[in-house]
Amino acid sequence: MFLINCPFCGERDQSEFSSGGEAHIVRPKQPTELSDDEWAEYLFMRKNIKGIQFERWNHVHGCRKWFNVVRDTSNDKILSVYKMGEKPPVNYK
Amino acid sequence: MKNKYSVFSLIKNALSQHENWQQAWGNPEPKKEYDAIIVGGGGHGLATAYYLAKKHDLKNIAVLEKGWIGGGNTGRNTTIIRSNYLWDASAGLYDHALKLWENLSQELNYNVMFSQRGVMNLAHNLQDVRDLKRRTHANRLNGIDAVWLNTEEVKKFCPIINTSPDIRYPVLGGTLQRRAGTARHDAVAWGYARGASDMGVDIIQNCEVKGIKRNGDKVEGLETTKGFIKTNKIGVVAAGHSSVIANMAGLKLPLESKPLQALVSEPVKPIIDTVVMSNAVHAYVSQSDKGELVIGAGTDSYVSYTQRGSHNIVEETLKAILELYPIFSRMKMLRQWGGIVDICPDASPIISKTNIKGLYFNCGWGTGGFKATPGSGDLFAHTIANDEPHKLNAAFNLNRFVSGDLVDEHGAAAVAH
Repeated sequence: MFLINCPFCGERDQSEFSSGGEAHIVRPKQPTELSDDEWAEYLFMRKNIKGIQFERWNHVHGCRKWFNVVRDTSNDKILSVYKMGEKPPVNYK
Repeated sequence: MKNKYSVFSLIKNALSQHENWQQAWGNPEPKKEYDAIIVGGGGHGLATAYYLAKKHDLKNIAVLEKGWIGGGNTGRNTTIIRSNYLWDASAGLYDHALKLWENLSQELNYNVMFSQRGVMNLAHNLQDVRDLKRRTHANRLNGIDAVWLNTEEVKKFCPIINTSPDIRYPVLGGTLQRRAGTARHDAVAWGYARGASDMGVDIIQNCEVKGIKRNGDKVEGLETTKGFIKTNKIGVVAAGHSSVIANMAGLKLPLESKPLQALVSEPVKPIIDTVVMSNAVHAYVSQSDKGELVIGAGTDSYVSYTQRGSHNIVEETLKAILELYPIFSRMKMLRQWGGIVDICPDASPIISKTNIKGLYFNCGWGTGGFKATPGSGDLFAHTIANDEPHKLNAAFNLNRFVSGDLVDEHGAAAVAH
């Protein structure tokens, strides 16, 4: 349990948000061209990182907007929050 | 078995003030090379090593555990055992495990306190009723015992349940698997460790895997905190940390690791002699032999390796428990904890080869791996020894996420994942 600083509403309890999982998974531009392996990679395979992870959150019980978060999954510390469409911060890898 | 436990050994040791009991398993330093190494000394990993040594030709086996054996999810689950899954593949897998449970204490000469007290799953709305009746029929077609109980029969089987039609989620009935029940989780890890150690398996604790050495498309050994260990067969049974190990070999798995919580109350006199689960309100409860209520809560919605879990999840579960069992309203909760569970998109496990030769994964058990411990170990040992899956775990391969042949137990399992 932790606080998330929504870029639109400010700091709120995590229970107001829903997790959208790993961020920056690009939707295939040509879905009809994809092989089964590529579909599996897109749909199912996840980095599931222990450490610094880039992820999406939705403020579902607030402004209902999506945004990105950089969080350390080993201790739940949030390192950065940035809006959809913005470049991820470069100081984390 | 070198030191067989029996009533005679108990009397003999009682006469010497219980000071001469032998260590149940060894504590060796790792050798330079093994025929097979199991990564992860939980119930599934130790069971794998046990069946590898017992049923297959591999004798030089090690189990590496970064902490202490049984200290991960084996020691953190709510010990429920059942096999009433919907799909044929799952029914085969989990009932194989249940049949092994039925004889496990004798097999291991170690009391795992397996208690077939029955597991009841409640229905709270018409869709639950339809789903659970369908599952009952599917179970019976697969030779798994299952019965449907109406509200009065539920009340008779477990009198403390509130079956009033006025509650928010009224009890409209339920299913009962009488062969299902619970076991003592630590004893399972210890029993398998003792059995495996007795057959020469090296159980190496406080030894964390730091890297996997590959030569092209096959494995050559493991970098560990106790140095490099050579082997050409690695079976990874690392639960929540499976993705971490997979990343060392350059593999990605279809897993997300999330905290799952449980809690126990203060001990009280016997009040509930079965296991009751409810999918719709996500509450399940049983009573340990010590008298504590053992309560399982849900997972957090986000990836985390913190072994804590959020307070609001516990709160929601306890709300449901209190509505179903008003008698517990003044119970005090003593302990709460979290374990990290690795969840597959189809909520079914992976017991599989990989595209790297000699690297095998047994993972993705998600929120319900304990019940499968003996079966999982047996089938994973078969897969490692023969480099081919057993017919009971063939459906649980890693390639199903490419072929699309998923074993979708998400809504079909008896409790929400």
